Amino acid sequence: MTDLISMVVAKYNYWIYITLMMIGLYAIIAKNNLVKKIVGMNIFQTAIILFYVSISVKKGATIPILEHGHGPDAHHVVHAVDYINPLPHVLMLTAIVVGVATLGVALALAIRVYNNYNTLEEDKILAQIREK
Amino acid sequence: MSEQYPALLVVVPLLSALVVSVAGWVNKRLCFPIAVAALGVTAWSCVGLLLRVLDEGVIVYKLGGWTPPMGIAYYIDYLNSLVLPVVSIVALLNLIANKKGIEQQFPDKTGPFYTLYLLMVTGLLGIVVTGDAFNLYVLLEIAALTGYGLLAMGEERAPLATLNYLYMGTIGACFYLLGVGYLYIVTGSLNMVDIAGLLPPLYQSKAVLAAFIICMVGVWLKMAFFPLHAWLPNAYTYANSAASSLIAPLVTKVMVYVMIRLILTVFTPEFVFTTLAVSDAVVWLAVIAIVMGAVLALAERNLKKMLTYIVVAEVGYMVGGAWLGNRDGMTGAILHIVNDALMTLCVFMVVGNIVYKVKGYAFEDLQGLFRKMPFTMAALVIGAMSIIGVPPTCGFFSKWYLIVGAISAGHYGFMAALIFSSIVSVVLFFRVFEICYYEPFADHHGHDNHSGGMDEAPVSMVVPLLIVAVILIVVGLYTGDIVNHVIQFAIPEAMV
Amino acid sequence: MNMETIISIKPLLAILVSLLVVPILVLSGKRPNVREACTFLAAGVKFLIVLSMVPVILNGTQIVYTIAEVIPGVALKLRVDAFGMLFALVSSSLWIVTSAYSIGYMRGLKEHSQTRYFCFFALALSATIGVAFSANLLTLYLFYEMLSFATYPLVTHHQDHEARSSGRKYLLYIVGTSIGFVLPAMLISYSLAGTLDFSSQGFLAGTASKPLIGLLCFMFLFGFAKAAIMPFHSWLPAAMVAPTPVSALLHAVAVVKVGVFCVARVLTGVFGTNLLFSLNLNVPIIYIASFTIMAGSLIALSQDNLKRLLAFSTIAQLSYIVLGVGLLSPKGMTGGMLHIAMHAFGKITLFFCAGAIFVATGKKNISDMIGIGRRMPVTMAAFFIGSLSIIGMPPCGGFISKWYLVLGSLQAHQMTILFVLLTSSLLNAAYFMPFVYKAFFCRPEDAMFENKVQEAPAFCVVPLVITATISVILLFYPQPFLRLARMMVQSITGV
Repeated sequence: MTDLISMVVAKYNYWIYITLMMIGLYAIIAKNNLVKKIVGMNIFQTAIILFYVSISVKKGATIPILEHGHGPDAHHVVHAVDYINPLPHVLMLTAIVVGVATLGVALALAIRVYNNYNTLEEDKILAQIREK
Repeated sequence: MSEQYPALLVVVPLLSALVVSVAGWVNKRLCFPIAVAALGVTAWSCVGLLLRVLDEGVIVYKLGGWTPPMGIAYYIDYLNSLVLPVVSIVALLNLIANKKGIEQQFPDKTGPFYTLYLLMVTGLLGIVVTGDAFNLYVLLEIAALTGYGLLAMGEERAPLATLNYLYMGTIGACFYLLGVGYLYIVTGSLNMVDIAGLLPPLYQSKAVLAAFIICMVGVWLKMAFFPLHAWLPNAYTYANSAASSLIAPLVTKVMVYVMIRLILTVFTPEFVFTTLAVSDAVVWLAVIAIVMGAVLALAERNLKKMLTYIVVAEVGYMVGGAWLGNRDGMTGAILHIVNDALMTLCVFMVVGNIVYKVKGYAFEDLQGLFRKMPFTMAALVIGAMSIIGVPPTCGFFSKWYLIVGAISAGHYGFMAALIFSSIVSVVLFFRVFEICYYEPFADHHGHDNHSGGMDEAPVSMVVPLLIVAVILIVVGLYTGDIVNHVIQFAIPEAMV
Repeated sequence: MNMETIISIKPLLAILVSLLVVPILVLSGKRPNVREACTFLAAGVKFLIVLSMVPVILNGTQIVYTIAEVIPGVALKLRVDAFGMLFALVSSSLWIVTSAYSIGYMRGLKEHSQTRYFCFFALALSATIGVAFSANLLTLYLFYEMLSFATYPLVTHHQDHEARSSGRKYLLYIVGTSIGFVLPAMLISYSLAGTLDFSSQGFLAGTASKPLIGLLCFMFLFGFAKAAIMPFHSWLPAAMVAPTPVSALLHAVAVVKVGVFCVARVLTGVFGTNLLFSLNLNVPIIYIASFTIMAGSLIALSQDNLKRLLAFSTIAQLSYIVLGVGLLSPKGMTGGMLHIAMHAFGKITLFFCAGAIFVATGKKNISDMIGIGRRMPVTMAAFFIGSLSIIGMPPCGGFISKWYLVLGSLQAHQMTILFVLLTSSLLNAAYFMPFVYKAFFCRPEDAMFENKVQEAPAFCVVPLVITATISVILLFYPQPFLRLARMMVQSITGV
């Protein structure tokens, strides 16, 4: 038991992202309201962004800006250990943009659906489709 | 000029998409020529690249001059140089063929439609051309987002069907991204070739295994591999014909390409087929996909939806072939990417023509079509022959390689599934042909009662369709050259 | 077998002639005379091209042409040898006659969609010649399937309910078996041997275990369902809904003979006689064929519809050919191959007669045709000659092939088969002769036809007189068919 707890605590960032992912997945699958599904989808995406951000963290490291990148003191050794990895963060900027775009398209579609059926509850929409 | 082909084929459609969207405000009639010109240039560069690769071998193109693994590189090898022309030519022919259909369906929105169309093609070509795992994700989403937009422009049910596709597509892409994240954790690289070089000592690592499985699930979701196919039939059926005949042939096939790229380049066949040893199970999944796709298609009384289930079955062909783990199966899968893209294009363009003229695609709407639209139906016959697998159409030859691969892998279940699906396809298509052939006057013995004449779709729709039909046969006859000069080099020599 | 070969495009041209004429036919659809002239022209050209290759083949040379190298070790390739030439000669010559007959028949009945009819007829002929000239199993399969699909619109020409259900049966049997049996068998053979080229002693010997070879053999035998070997025969009676010229050329000559041709080709070119002998596979083959012969003849006895009767007779006669090849004795094989030609001329005459009677009187059933011989003497005389040929009696060509089959069964020491051959001849006589007798000799008050009933139009009658005459001539001058069959057998068995 203590093993399990220590494992969870030691890698808590993974557990958080997995939990978030599952919450999102649950919402997409189980929720009846289209907007709730979209929210679930966004949580799902955010979980993965969190995952990327957390993997670049290093203990005791600072933001990856070289203090003396220019000027007379520029030529000194850079220790990678002192800086967190910037690449995943940069990647996630793109992923956030993608996420926002997806959200926008999804909401636009939801509006179209609402215009067609006057509801966002999936079971009611399906009932309407079946009637036709 | 030819040095810049790899960049051109992404940049040209991307920039022209912007130009088209601006031109749409100025004069709507400008959009179509610009789009055609852009795709023409793209197709030209794709074919040029294929010829260059045939001549010189693998081409590495460094975007902005940054060298990998720091910069993003485009790797043009035998695999994607084969897929590129297919994607661009399919897009070009489909665009030309659907001009009238687009104008008929949304007269006010032609500008936005062409913009989305070009962006979608950009995304698809980018997926095929890129050598960077994260870059692939972004392009995946570009193709997907524009695809949602295109698919939603359809019937009343289209937005909801597309929304369901959007959830699944996003989950799929996120899974892929997650898998890439694990790969990045273990290798610290995003460049596919670089990763492949760093992986071998790590083959036993659980993180690599997780990365592979997560990536595969993501890709399977996006390609609608049974049982992850549920989003596909509705999304493709209710969309407008121009979008469905662009997306149905290309998206699933490009995703199969991504899967094969991951297997062959990133994870290497050695890891996938030797270390993992799950290929048998995946091939059985493919068997189920093929059988279920065929059976579900049988249950439909609607031409377009029937075709979407055939797409699901065809995905099973390619996944199964790739996972047989031998050279013949892989050859069949790669060849089938080309062939299936072309034949799916053919049958969906036929649906486009039918919708344009008859305003419907349910079986009841098809009566008497052989008389009304003989050229369209001729193309449907050739497309159907290719899907059934009748020589000399190209579908036969990829099926040939797939079955030979199944035999040499000793996987007779896969072979039986392919034969089964061929026979079911005969039933499927001849059911359609019967409806189109027997007319309402069929009950009394017909003598000289030529009721009604031809009512064929416009020339601009029929000619591209017939070109595609001819291509189906020509590609079939050149199978030997395609395999010997291209596909053979796309598969690592280690794979027997 | 190191035969001399020459490379020539002629076989491809022979195939393409009728393929290329299709667009011309479509364009001239509005002018029937031009359309039919084109059909004649194509038929004539095709026959001449085939004929021009005969001397070369008779010299013991083969003609080869490769269309495309599609799969490693397997090309789309044409090769003309004696057997293929025999078959091509029969079908291309009969196309000319049938074209004439079609014109008379279709115009006589004012059928609809005649352009479509002539187009698909031409297409079917292309496929037939393609099968005859195939050099390997893949090419054979290609043209076999092409023929299956090209004949569908012909079978279902009337586009009514009966045509639809027959069309379904036709496709189910023919395409179902070819995809279900032949395709996997071909792929397994390819995996085993790495080649599909026909050779005089086959290519499967020594590549697989006995049970697998046996399984492949039966997959091929039943897979080519166009050969109508029982239990895959019932498409043929169903296909009789087609217009009679279709039944005549396709379902007495081209399609069904393609079936038996494929069976014979595969048995000799893929398995090889030695392999079949060593595994005793010839025994089940000849017994299956014998069963089909007896059962087909017996069912024919009970038929009243003339075309259905002819269909069952065809089923029985086709198995003669399979039987002959299955005997694996030189005389038997010669007889089997020769029967392709002899049966073709005899049976096409009978179908032409049935069609001519239908055009002239509208009758389909034998029981409605009593006394027809007095009104249509020429047609019925031709029918008599045709039935003699099928029974295998002089003065008709059918006698020669049956004679060789009898000799072959003696040579192979198969007394049962001898019995089957003789009994079935009696049965043939039993279903043809009463009809012919009643057609000519009935009491005047039983005759069912008024005086005004006359012979069918000349376009219908002349072709059947020609084929009947050829049937007779073939007894006295069986060349070049006999010579071609002998050459083929010699190249296979060395005797």
